[in-house]
Amino acid sequence: MHKKNARLIIGMLLIVITTVLFAILPKIYNNDFLLFNLMLYIALSEGLNLIYGFTGYLPFGYVGFFGTGAYSASILILLLHVGVIPAILLGGVTASAVGIILTPLLRLSGAYFAIANLAASQAIYYIISNPHLENITQGPYGIMLSSVYNATASYNAMLFVLFFSLVLVLFFRQSKFGLSLLSIKEDSITASVAGVNVVLARTIAWLLSAFVAGLCGGVFAWYTSVFYPETVFGLNISIFAIVFVLFGGASTLLGPLVGAIILYGMYNFIGISTPQYFQLIYGFLIIVFVLFLPDGVISLFKKVRKYVP
Amino acid sequence: MELFFYALISGVLFGIFFALVGIGLNLIFGVMRMVNLAHGDFIMLGAFGAWLIFSKLNINPLWSIPIEIVVFMIVGFFVYYAFVPRLSKSKDPEMLSFILFFGVAQVIEALAIFAFGNNQKSIPFSTLGQGSVTILSQSIPLAWLISAIISLIMIGFIYYYLYHTRMGYATRAIMSSQEEAASVGISVSKISAFAMGIGLSLAAVAGVLAPFMIGSIDPSIGSSLTTMSFAIVVIGSLGNPIGTILGGIIYGIAMMFMQTYLASWTNLVPYVILILILLVKPAGLLGKRVRNA
Repeated sequence: MHKKNARLIIGMLLIVITTVLFAILPKIYNNDFLLFNLMLYIALSEGLNLIYGFTGYLPFGYVGFFGTGAYSASILILLLHVGVIPAILLGGVTASAVGIILTPLLRLSGAYFAIANLAASQAIYYIISNPHLENITQGPYGIMLSSVYNATASYNAMLFVLFFSLVLVLFFRQSKFGLSLLSIKEDSITASVAGVNVVLARTIAWLLSAFVAGLCGGVFAWYTSVFYPETVFGLNISIFAIVFVLFGGASTLLGPLVGAIILYGMYNFIGISTPQYFQLIYGFLIIVFVLFLPDGVISLFKKVRKYVP
Repeated sequence: MELFFYALISGVLFGIFFALVGIGLNLIFGVMRMVNLAHGDFIMLGAFGAWLIFSKLNINPLWSIPIEIVVFMIVGFFVYYAFVPRLSKSKDPEMLSFILFFGVAQVIEALAIFAFGNNQKSIPFSTLGQGSVTILSQSIPLAWLISAIISLIMIGFIYYYLYHTRMGYATRAIMSSQEEAASVGISVSKISAFAMGIGLSLAAVAGVLAPFMIGSIDPSIGSSLTTMSFAIVVIGSLGNPIGTILGGIIYGIAMMFMQTYLASWTNLVPYVILILILLVKPAGLLGKRVRNA
């Protein structure tokens, strides 16, 4: 029991430090855009971690929820004149609603789930960008949210989402619920014999994961204020989140955080001017990691210390 | 009615080509239970091979078919021995292969951008066949017909290989049970490496035809071709290469009808079919064996 409390405190400390750091960094370092995106990718990676790290389902179409959140928040603001914050929250809810529609996909295993989820995200993209829906979604012409643009407020909103996603992962990591998810991941039949409600637990993880992505999408829409369907449904967003989680180490709190900071930092250093170099490097990284270090960078620490948050 | 026949005929011709697009992916999956997520990128490389031969050497792109078969056979051996034995020993080979080949796809795409740039390239239709032919009073470009015929020939070879040669028997034995195949003395790694080679060669040949069937090419077409191949393969049934023919034709006809009657929704077709089939009949239309989904 004592050990468990210590772990909880380490985890909470990590969350508080991260959040405070991102709260004061804009005053020292004036590249808000970079900081915002870094927070966004940490939150997305932690959100993806909820489903991939704790259940083993790899959502290749994770970006579908992100885009759904961005679009539903924007539509609520523009067409129904909902306030920005409730609109973003509802964007998260809409993403979860799409998650509910897609729950049958959880019946598929491994790669089939990943492919079907990818297909689903592309389907959502093609529906939203269809010129016939111009009255609602503006079709391929994109969304303009400049009327509610507020750089500081949207930065702070992202900070909240970041905090929320970290807390969720810590909860998954420390609670009985998270433990039951990991037991399902290890062996679902044994878990269900032991009294774990496999379907319900998986579905909750799935919907929470979708909710985080939806929130991220809504805040991103607010912060950028002008975007196109291909911006918020770009497969790169899924790919980044997956690579960050893999690189850092899934089903930990620290792993995706480390992965996102190192790799997104690297991306800013070399990726933005010459994306193909970055693509080449992260392609190689994936291959090397899958072959030699499938549990991420964090697994190196685990050799030294038994517990990593 | 005119439109109907046009959609039907072009759908069948495209369907045969689509079968070729997907069949290599299915062969590799069937034999080694690995998901080659870089499949579309190998198709893209095949297409650029044809483009190089045509634009730099001014030779008919069809000549690149035999060259590419040999080259990609060798590449396939290399890919097999570099990744597959190590992956097979891991905890979850199928899932990890999925991620690994995704990395391979990224590397290929990046290298292709270095080599060919980001601009779209195309090969004129006329290099494959001038003019058009009339089938059921519909005029269809000759290039489509020739592509479909070449695809049929390739699929015919694969059928012959699988069902009428000793190595083909061994390949099918590995498909149904790797352990049992090994226990009767089949060299699993050699046959599998060969299957990987064939799978990539088939992708490359589909690539040679791609500029005529799907239009201009650029290094980024790989990922959408991969998704398309998955749709085709899953419709037929995963792990049954011959089932891919049915998958290709259904896919081709569905796409052509959509393009004819509801053009703006065409892009949705592969994804919707893929999801529906996965949910309704996860083993595919011709699937017998139930996989653990």
